[in-house]
Amino acid sequence: MSMQLSVKSRLSSTVASLKPSGIRRFFDLAASMEGVISLGVGEPDFVTPWRMREASISSLERGHTAYTSNAGMPQLRVEIQKYLEERFSVSYHPENEILVTVGASEAIDIALRAILDPGDEVLVVEPCYVSYEPVIRLAGGVPVFLKTTMENQFKLTPEELETHITPRTKAIIFCYPNNPTGGTMTADEWKTLLPIIEKHDLLVISDEIYAELTYGRMHDSIAALPGMKDRTILISGFSKAFAMTGWRLGYVCATPDLLAGMLKIHQYTMLCAPTMAQMAALEALRHGRSDMERMIESYRQRRNFVVDGFRQIGLSCHEPDGAFYAFPSIASTGLSSSEFAEKLLMEEKVAVVPGDVFGESGNGHIRCSYATSMEQLKKALDRMESLMGKLS
Amino acid sequence: MDSKKQRELLHLLEEDSRMSAEQIGKMLAEPTEVIERAIATLEAEKVIVKYPALINWERVEDHPYVNAMIDVKVTPKRDVGFDEVAERICRFPEVKAVYLMSGASYDLSVVLEGKTMREVATFVSQKLATLDSVVSTATHFILKRYKHDGIELEDRDEDRRMVVTP
Ligand SMILES: Cc1ncc(COP(=O)(O)O)c(C=O)c1O
Repeated sequence: MSMQLSVKSRLSSTVASLKPSGIRRFFDLAASMEGVISLGVGEPDFVTPWRMREASISSLERGHTAYTSNAGMPQLRVEIQKYLEERFSVSYHPENEILVTVGASEAIDIALRAILDPGDEVLVVEPCYVSYEPVIRLAGGVPVFLKTTMENQFKLTPEELETHITPRTKAIIFCYPNNPTGGTMTADEWKTLLPIIEKHDLLVISDEIYAELTYGRMHDSIAALPGMKDRTILISGFSKAFAMTGWRLGYVCATPDLLAGMLKIHQYTMLCAPTMAQMAALEALRHGRSDMERMIESYRQRRNFVVDGFRQIGLSCHEPDGAFYAFPSIASTGLSSSEFAEKLLMEEKVAVVPGDVFGESGNGHIRCSYATSMEQLKKALDRMESLMGKLS
Repeated sequence: MDSKKQRELLHLLEEDSRMSAEQIGKMLAEPTEVIERAIATLEAEKVIVKYPALINWERVEDHPYVNAMIDVKVTPKRDVGFDEVAERICRFPEVKAVYLMSGASYDLSVVLEGKTMREVATFVSQKLATLDSVVSTATHFILKRYKHDGIELEDRDEDRRMVVTP
């Protein structure tokens, strides 16, 4: 007698109930077409600077091919400590407060798994990076979404934070500078939230992967504010500022008790981050500053150009202070984000990501990455203008 | 315009000299007129010298074209040193560049462009070698150019990223 296998029943109910990524669906659509100009890419358009590539090659030639210590190469952790201290005035001890991970992605995962019990609620500042919700669910948590709006430059307000806290709320997770909005928070704005965070004894997961990509002012890390280091899990990595997405290297910083918890998960699931990537990261922190600055300058120039461009074709757009995304409103067209993005792709061959993929409060917007060449940006704006003409 | 912005402006023009003042203005968040004025000043000060196109002649069919680099040893003249002979060499239209070199077994490096090898050879033997102060020459023909002025001529990096990513 043959057995009937049902795939669904073999998956855990949590995994079976996860929605496929909205970004993925859009990717499949765009990838099937020719001649598409893409503003849908969430990664730098620069190749990793040669200095880092060369450091990795040369470490391979010298035979550095073994596991490193679980927490990452000691010298890399020291460089991360120095870097965070110098750039953002946050200080973590390289011995027991810094852990090198397989991308910020792994850091987000182990941070949540380390702190959540089943049913714990995690506040998620929306619009947000697509992974937060599923990763919270996989860790047994319950995401609760906090909204931000263009009128508020996509900043989190104390009112919005306070109204969603319940006795089950364990932590809050956000990313500033933000993917997808490009919104940022200043130290003064953070300060308005601290009393609430303290009163409800929340843990803070601060994804600062875009910290270097700010325009016009330095990034303010919430971990640098008085009393916040003890309750903050700071996550960052090399993907964005150093153009190292494929290397899969990130890190997480937290107090020793939290870090020890994360290290347990990390050592049983990953052992350690890739050695070659750690070698390249070491070089990036030691000597990659000017490469990074050159890229940031170029993002800023392109930011100025596209924001102006969107406004000229009649799309209202907040001037993003960070990351490499603009998040214009398409509400004036009367279309939903997905309808607009789909029309733009089908009729004008420009790929953008519909804003609602990043949560409900992203509806009425599209995410446009300006990490692409000026030539492509110009063409994309022309094509968007042509669509706007047809819609009006 | 501050000097940091001015450097950004120069980098943008170096990358693409056909970029309009309007576009540069948008990128640098400055009015078009300010950019136009800055460019005019930089031209007047000879910071911006010329707006050339970088052409990969090897891709142009039937375009006979040879490049040579010539090591030139000279006896420097009293008072004027190497400058006088260098300036004379500069005046030949075939000569694309002249550099005074340190640490080499020769003094001047002369970059030459000609239609044929014979043309280059004739130039060297009849014009260059006959100059008073020139003691000796060694001619190296360039067989293939892989990279020029910071640009890789063959393997231009294409965008290898997926169309849509997180
Ligand atoms: C907010 C945010 N966090 C984390 C990541 C993933 O970073 P990594 O490549 O270091 O895993 C991304 C990538 O798009 C992101 O946008």
